[in-house]
Amino acid sequence: MISFSSENQAAIVERYPEVFRPDWWNRGKITIGLGTAVALFLFGIAQLDIPFHRLSDGMARLGGFLRLMLPPDPGSWAEALKYLNALGETVSIAFLGTLGGALLALPVSLLAARNVVANRIVHFFSRRSLDTIRGVDILIWALIWVGVVGLGPFAGILAVICSDFGTFGKLFSEAIEAADKNPAEGVRSAGGSHLHSVRFGLLPQVFPILLSQVLYYFESNTRSATIIGIVGAGGIGLQLAEQIRVLEWQKVSFLILLILIAVSAIDWISGKLRFAIIGRRAVA
Amino acid sequence: MRTAVPEFPEARLRELTDRYAAAVAAKRRRIWLGLAVLIAAALAAGWMGDVDLWKFAENFWRFPAYFASIAPTFSFSSAWNDLSEWLWGLPRWTLLLGDTLLIAYMGTLSGAICGFVLCFLASANLVRSRTIVFVTRRLLEFCRTVPEIVFALIFVLAFGLGPLPGVLAIAIHTTGALGKQFAEVVENIDNKPIEGVAASGGSWIQIVRFGAVPQVLSNFVSYALLRFEINVRGAAVMGFVGAGGIGQDLIEAVRKFYYSDVSAILLLIVVTVMLIDFVTERVRHRLLGLEGAGT
Repeated sequence: MISFSSENQAAIVERYPEVFRPDWWNRGKITIGLGTAVALFLFGIAQLDIPFHRLSDGMARLGGFLRLMLPPDPGSWAEALKYLNALGETVSIAFLGTLGGALLALPVSLLAARNVVANRIVHFFSRRSLDTIRGVDILIWALIWVGVVGLGPFAGILAVICSDFGTFGKLFSEAIEAADKNPAEGVRSAGGSHLHSVRFGLLPQVFPILLSQVLYYFESNTRSATIIGIVGAGGIGLQLAEQIRVLEWQKVSFLILLILIAVSAIDWISGKLRFAIIGRRAVA
Repeated sequence: MRTAVPEFPEARLRELTDRYAAAVAAKRRRIWLGLAVLIAAALAAGWMGDVDLWKFAENFWRFPAYFASIAPTFSFSSAWNDLSEWLWGLPRWTLLLGDTLLIAYMGTLSGAICGFVLCFLASANLVRSRTIVFVTRRLLEFCRTVPEIVFALIFVLAFGLGPLPGVLAIAIHTTGALGKQFAEVVENIDNKPIEGVAASGGSWIQIVRFGAVPQVLSNFVSYALLRFEINVRGAAVMGFVGAGGIGQDLIEAVRKFYYSDVSAILLLIVVTVMLIDFVTERVRHRLLGLEGAGT
């Protein structure tokens, strides 16, 4: 057995100098990168005026809140029912919002996909408008829709539709562009029109992918749907924001618990469904 | 080469077409069943979510009307004056946008560091103890599932108004989101380097440092950049609950009907977000491209 005694190691270093030579170029790059990151962080602390003296106080207060949160307690049965109803609203907002967003995004994503519509101007404009819609946060959409249809979950649904429209448009068009073009060519060569090639050559390929993306977003939208209540668009977020403002910590923790349970349940279901859809495709 | 196309006898042919028709019919039935379930669920959700199409039809004109009313007024003769009037708060808004970016940056960086530390504890291929993996995963799930704005609401009460609660809220949410994504990357790495370091007597820290980290770093940076992009959007609305950044001005403008301010701030946010998207996408493609070239 070879032992790496010190003279042995010295011999190895001598024989393969390039392995042991420090790579100054790489190290320099890493140091500069890390240095910039740290410097930017310190600049942020200075610029944002982060009050460090409040940090310890705040932590103590946060600890106090946490103690008050335990055990989670809705107060009464009537309250608990009200919260469950709000949770149902939130899930409905997420469901209808995801569905509506996906249905609206499908035609636009076809326009934005280069292999469906070859026109560069159409492509450019559909892409940019999708980008603009995505740049506006869901909370802002909710604010706008509350102004249009009034307070309540319906405004939330419309807000989720708007924000999902942008996201799905982008994701769908990328999935469509990544599709294999052989089936579409096959349809063309058998005498199909362009529409035929999209319908029979392209959509059957991408449909399971799109469906799985929609299911994935259903879960993430449940999380978003919990927050749009903060600006008055219904659902459990409204209750949560209210209870936080009046410092009812036990109710707050009960609501957070409800959200956690609902999101993991939906996560589980959508995971199963996604596996069923993609798995069947993998078998076929 | 010649191949004979088989000619089936009539009976066999009919059997085949029947089978085909049955298969197609079964598929159709499945699709119709799925559609029926979907529609039923949509109706139930519509009832639950107070969907009122009548109200929607009645009030829909307000949606384009809102955009029309927030649009700045330009006249040809005084275009420059109109522009400067529309963007009257530009210096202040630019500063606030800078603050927003800094909040997103600081939150992403601290969250990425915490996620980096925790992700190795949440990977079943590096940690033997089932308990540690389970507890870390649940912790990450908690951080991820509670929306950041809820954390911000609570932190504003604990730390007072200002950017600090925003940074902390984003940091916690980022820890959860990145920790999960990082752990998924770590669980998919090649096990041989890990075994190699373990076989030559490395401690757990050394296994992670020399066996796992070199394999995952570029993926980690790419995910962190993507998260930064998302956090910029998140930071832009942190001000809604008093946690710093440009959101404060935006919600004030919306609530007080300062129409032209709404459009100006929205435009600035959208342009910034698009710019950040563009830059991070470039960097991410380069990173992933480099990784592809390196291996």
